[in-house]
Order: sequence, then C-alpha cells, then structure tokens
Amino acid sequence: MNVMKNFLQSFLLVELLKGMGVTGRHLFARKITIQYPEERTPYSPRFRGLHALRRYPNGEERCIACKLCEAVCPALAITIESEQRADGTRRTTRYDIDLTKCIYCGFCEEACPVDSIVETDVIDYHGESRGDLYYTKERLLAVGDKYEMQIAAMKAADAKFR
Amino acid sequence: MAEIRNYTMNFGPQHPAAHGVLRLVLEVDGEVIQRADPHIGLLHRATEKLAETKPFNQSIGYMDRLDYCSMMCNEHAYVLAIEKLLGIAPPLRAQYIRVMFDEITRILNHLLWLGTHALDIGAMTVFLYAFREREDLFDCYEAVSGARMHATYYRPGGVYRDLPDSMPQYSTAQGYGKGELARRNANRDGSLLDFIWDFTERFPTYLDEYETLLTDNRIWKQRTVGIGVVSPERALQLGFTGPMLRGSGFEWDLRKKQPYEVYDKMDFDIPVGVNGDCYDRYLVRMEEFRQSNRIIRQCVEWLRKNPGPVMIGDHKIVPPSREEMKDDMESLIHHFKLFTEGYCVPEGETYAAIEHPKGEFGVYLVSDGANKPYRLKIRSTGFVHLSALDEMVRGHMIADMVAVIGTQDIVFGDVDR
Repeated sequence: MNVMKNFLQSFLLVELLKGMGVTGRHLFARKITIQYPEERTPYSPRFRGLHALRRYPNGEERCIACKLCEAVCPALAITIESEQRADGTRRTTRYDIDLTKCIYCGFCEEACPVDSIVETDVIDYHGESRGDLYYTKERLLAVGDKYEMQIAAMKAADAKFR
Repeated sequence: MAEIRNYTMNFGPQHPAAHGVLRLVLEVDGEVIQRADPHIGLLHRATEKLAETKPFNQSIGYMDRLDYCSMMCNEHAYVLAIEKLLGIAPPLRAQYIRVMFDEITRILNHLLWLGTHALDIGAMTVFLYAFREREDLFDCYEAVSGARMHATYYRPGGVYRDLPDSMPQYSTAQGYGKGELARRNANRDGSLLDFIWDFTERFPTYLDEYETLLTDNRIWKQRTVGIGVVSPERALQLGFTGPMLRGSGFEWDLRKKQPYEVYDKMDFDIPVGVNGDCYDRYLVRMEEFRQSNRIIRQCVEWLRKNPGPVMIGDHKIVPPSREEMKDDMESLIHHFKLFTEGYCVPEGETYAAIEHPKGEFGVYLVSDGANKPYRLKIRSTGFVHLSALDEMVRGHMIADMVAVIGTQDIVFGDVDR
C-alpha cells in the first residue's frame, strides 16, 4: 500500500504541485516591494546615517572641541583642530569626518557632551569624485542646518532611553 | 592511447556560489572532485590585531563585521569575555534582551543561509521569501540599535539602550495612500515587543511555506540527500560545532550544555540529524528556526512583565546616562574618562563561547591590566568547517561542491577575520 502511495505521489508530482501552489498564491498576493525612492520605509529615531553638526538656537555652533569623538572613534575617521576665539571660547577650526572610513557605530554621538555631533536618518547622499565623502566642518554644519527640525525630533523621541 | 590526467581548476574567488571570496583550487577527474584546496585570506582585516590597539569598547563594532550574517551573536561572545574578566554580570532584563536578540540573529542568519543555499542549488523563490522575513527582523535591529546590520548594541554590563516603546511608522510623506498606510502600519502600533510578537505569530506559517517548497521537493532531495556525509565520530574529530555537528547526530548545544545568560530558564529542544548529510543539516536548521521562535516568544513574555535597568550602575565601567552627565560633575568626569581611555580590565585570561547560529563562536581574551586587550583570539566557526571541505567533497561532482559550501554556511568575514 505504501509503495503504491509513494509511487502515485511521485508519479503525480504531488510535492512539486504543492510548491507551485505556494508560488502561485504569492503571484496573486499583495506585493511587498518598496518602490524607492518614491516610497520609503520608516526610520527609527535611533537611526545612524549621515553625520551632522548642530547649532544652538542662537546660531552658535555647539561643538566645543573637547575631542571626545575624535578619541572614541574606532575607525579614526574624525580629525579636529581647535583654537581659542577672540571672545575666549574654544571652538574648532577644523572638524572633518571621512565618511569612507566611518563605520557608523554611533560612538561619536554617544560621546558628545553637548549633543553637537549627531547621526541623522539621512541615507541618500553620495559622492561623485574622490574626496566628496570627506565631510568638512562647513558641510557638516550645513547638514545640521538643513535637517535641524528632524534631528531635534529624533533626539527628543529617544532622549529617555539614553 | 592518449594519457588522461586530472586537471586543476579555480573556483572563485568571484564565483557567486562561493559565498563571498572563497577561492578553491579543485583537482577534478572529469566532473568528479579529487581534491579541494581552499585558499583563504582574501577578506583578512586583522580584526584580532586591530583590537589590541583600541580600548575594549571600541572593538564591539568590529565584532559585528566578523560574521556579518549574525552580528549581535559575535558581539555577545566578545562582551561576555570582557564581563568574565571584569567579574560583572548584566541585569536580568539585559540578559533577556540579549537572549532575544541572539535568537532573532539566529533566525536572520538561518534565513540568509536558507535563501542562498537554495539559490545555489537552483530554487530561486525561497531566497525572495527569506528576504521578506529578514526585512522585519532588520526593522527590529534598527528600532533597538539604529543600524540595520552592524548594531554595536551589546556593551559590557548590559545593552546600550532599553527597547523602544514605539515602532517607526509609515507616513503619507513616504508616498502611501490611506488604505495602504493602515495596512503597512498594522503591526507597528505597539511597542517593539508587540512587533516581535506579531512576527513570531506569523513566522511558523512562513516556515511551512519554505518547507512546502523544499523539504519534499525531489530536486532538493536529489541535490542534498547523501551529499557531504560526515559521521558523528569524524564530525567530532574535525572540530565541528553547531548545526554541522548536530546534523551528524551528536546532540551538542552550548545553550544547553553550558548555559550562558538566561538560556537555562528557556524551554527549547535541540534538533539532531541522523545521516549527517546536507539534507539532515537542512532539517536541523529548519527545526532551529522553530525553536528560536519559541525562545523569542518566552523572552517577549518575560520582558513585557519585567521592566528594569538594562545596564549596570558601575560608572567606572559604564558611562552614566546623558541626563546625569549633564547635571553632575562627577558623572561628567566619568563620561570623559570612559570615552577617552575606557576602563581597565584586571590581568588575566579567559575564554567565552556562545552558541552562534553557525556553531561555537569563542573569544579568547588576554588582558595585562591595561585598557586594551593584550591579545584577542577569535575562534570562528567557519574556519573549522571550511577546513573539512576537502574531506566532505572528495568524490562528489562539482555541482555538489556548491551544496556542501551552502550547507557549511560559510561567511568569509568569519573565516578570514
């Protein structure tokens, strides 16, 4: 009896037809593809994407050149030089992040005592020539200015966990 | 009479079935493999040496990149080794979170293995379905750590942040209409735990789909049954661990045999194979999916009921929270000390191993009392399994080679380190 059953099952391609049934059902099921960039998936407020330097509401840059991020960066992607300004405050004269070295671990953001360097949820940036992904202070501040609302909302949403 | 000799051919390193950068020098007689010689090292990044130059915490991110299919498990072994040397234990909630994410990682890894293994053998569909489920799990990763793959989430003393109480939602700004939006956000209304719970409810039906496609399929069976047979004795001698060893019928699982974290409180079974061929290893891994699913559900239930700290309070090892850091001078000093020079680990050596999705993943750590490891040795699973490749493929056809590479679940970040 079993022999007969096995023979029939293999002769009638039962398991193959069952498999075809699964794929057939999926053929008519709702598609799950995301049509990027028209559609996007949502990003968590903890998302670690492109870096940005933030400013205080009065327009003063937050970074005080404490160099914690430079010290903690595992990939040595951050370079900082600093100087004392005429008004006695300490600020960076150079703040570079080499995004090709960066491993996006988020340690710089964790280390920053003044919430200056942050990782945003911006993922679609690119470079067309060598050096385009070497972000200088001006470019990082520009990213921060452009996305400040978004960044502030993200940080506020996650503040109680940090 | 012409002289017929074996010829030597290269397989990889750019072959799509070589799972990364495996280069094999094959000696073949017709289509039958006489000898297979793996040439490795093309993805060598000197992780062990690099770790000697950095404070302990800074290497966590590099552990993710070893076996880049099971990120948090690698971190886990490294973090466990540091904790052993420091003599600290994370809070219970952190242990449950770690166990939950280890199992999520196991599912992630096995899904990738299943997809690519089936794709190598010729079944395209499973690959697409497996990646659909991986997407959900990556969302869990992202919600908790901020990165979809390289999480850098476990820390000595616990985990970096508690689980979020909401999931990111799709919005109209992302290009969706109303009905579509409601459908996509259906399982995102609650917390991360609700999202994971929803996944564990759906996942067994997905597994049934894969099994319908593969388990009885005659082509799948012809390609895997009796291929790469390893006897239990030989598997032990070759140093196999994980599903490779269990597929040969040897019941060995570090989660049961030397439980770490809260695995001793979990209710799950160890599947074992009988014949030690590719098909049995496939069945073992399919069952591991279901067992992982069970463990995740137990963790979610516990985590829902028991809020609490996820990090120890010792600020000589763990930086204080941001609020404390900004209010309190002492905390600020701790913050600066920890982020510049890290913490010092007492002199000594230790070995911490975990049941990685691929087998036993161990970290041997020697400390000379400084803030950096004196020596870090990684016992990777892939390296041991790959060493046995020659023995497993001898006498098989070239096409079976692909099945054996697939069944070994090799990842080159892990083999080459």
